[in-house]
Amino acid sequence: MENDTTIPRIPGLAQRLVAPLPPPLIGSLAARLMRQAGKSHPELFARLGEHAYKRYEIAPSDLPFVFLMTPDPAAPQLRVLRKGRASWDCRISGSLAALLGMIHGAYDGDALFFSRDITVEGDTAAGLALRNAIDNSEIDLFEEATALLGPLRSRAIPGLTPLVNALERRTGVALRRVEL
Amino acid sequence: MKPLELVCPAGTPAALRSAVQAGAHTVYCGFADETNARNFPGLNFSREDMHQAVAFAHQHGSKVLVAINTFPRAGDEDIWHRAIADAESAGVDAVILADVGLLAWAAARHPGLRLHLSVQAAAANPDVINFYASEFGVRRVVLPRVLSVAEIAAINREIDVETEVFVFGGLCVMAEGRCSMSSYATGKSPNMQGVCSPASHVQYVQDGADMISKLGAFTIDKAGKDEPAPYPTLCKGCFSARGEVSRVFEEPTSLNAAQLIPQLAKVGVTALKIEGRQRSRAYVAAVVRNFRAAVEATAAGRPIPADTLTHLSEGQSSTLGAYKKTWR
Ligand code: SF4
Repeated sequence: MENDTTIPRIPGLAQRLVAPLPPPLIGSLAARLMRQAGKSHPELFARLGEHAYKRYEIAPSDLPFVFLMTPDPAAPQLRVLRKGRASWDCRISGSLAALLGMIHGAYDGDALFFSRDITVEGDTAAGLALRNAIDNSEIDLFEEATALLGPLRSRAIPGLTPLVNALERRTGVALRRVEL
Repeated sequence: MKPLELVCPAGTPAALRSAVQAGAHTVYCGFADETNARNFPGLNFSREDMHQAVAFAHQHGSKVLVAINTFPRAGDEDIWHRAIADAESAGVDAVILADVGLLAWAAARHPGLRLHLSVQAAAANPDVINFYASEFGVRRVVLPRVLSVAEIAAINREIDVETEVFVFGGLCVMAEGRCSMSSYATGKSPNMQGVCSPASHVQYVQDGADMISKLGAFTIDKAGKDEPAPYPTLCKGCFSARGEVSRVFEEPTSLNAAQLIPQLAKVGVTALKIEGRQRSRAYVAAVVRNFRAAVEATAAGRPIPADTLTHLSEGQSSTLGAYKKTWR
């Protein structure tokens, strides 16, 4: 898989499951996930520098909403909005699979840019800083999500891990950090 | 036969670890400031990162080279002098320098530090290479990407220092260290500020399905829906000149000289360099693994395994560059 750039599409089922959820609910879960990731990877903010205070719109092209986030180490913010509602400094868009694959180290950001699988608009320097900071942090969103379970984590992991691994195999989407 | 040394890029500590784990003999990187020619947002190493990176690489048997390869600004030399001193105290295996004044400084103040000559010095003939070796004790020269294999062979016959050549990655088509196109468009250049076509001056604008790239006040390219997007560097732009619209300087394509490794080994090259400190750990791991297999195959007298790296290349296509002189 290391050299395979075929970006899988999230199966229709996943889209159908996620899309009807109310944006505030998705927003609150995503915001908690982002704050947790920031806590486990404080080095991310040092790498972002002045760009930590910018507004990033992360726009998965196959979902009907966008994530608007400001990483700000003192007060990280993330909201979910319907498409076209947010004003932003930098907008990064691409399929959810491409965006997750980039976060998890499955794909190279420049290669996704060359192949037009992702686009960056607005403040290009901010977009580059975010991509480089995330790549260096070796984030695993599954690890961050399970950390949110607190004391239940150790009990939930044995059940959740095979589930996520099976979902990854079935969809081809990088749901966890890729060990390179 | 000993495999050629693979010198691999790392823009972040995570990329350095990926390079080492993928089989890099040597990794090159830079401090997070204008002293290195990949001074991009979110990239590079703090002093503490560098100490930890060197320790990690040495534990795994790899070397670390630090690129301090921009040209110091008059009056601010201290920034570059401190970078050399800090690289030495981090325990790096060599520094890669381009500026004559900085080479003189390093040779006089840091006599125990191994010096490599950066590609940014554009040293492309035996006389100039021998000058750098005799005056400053330079031990290795990174050759500019304008030479054919026969020319590299001729140079190697007349010099005593090691040579390192690029085998993969983005091409800087001008004589390195001499290009002023980025300065012309943005006031910033790889030679002084460590960045060609800085992101702060780049704008991508979606125009329907087309993507327009702008650098400073100039529109430099337009990619249709299914066309690959190039880097926003002026030399790869599409311009109208004398009534003709074309890529006046160079096509957006990347170097891949894997198949030439046996020839490069034969003409006495010591090390092979992979470009891409601005790239992710996914790129670093994939490219290093492929090239490690290629140098091992060459050393064992086996054919070079086919690689599958085209999708990682700018323009999603690759060239043998000047090595074969089919280049414009
Ligand atoms: S414009 Fe092109 S040739 Fe000039 S420094 Fe930038 S990449 Fe190199």
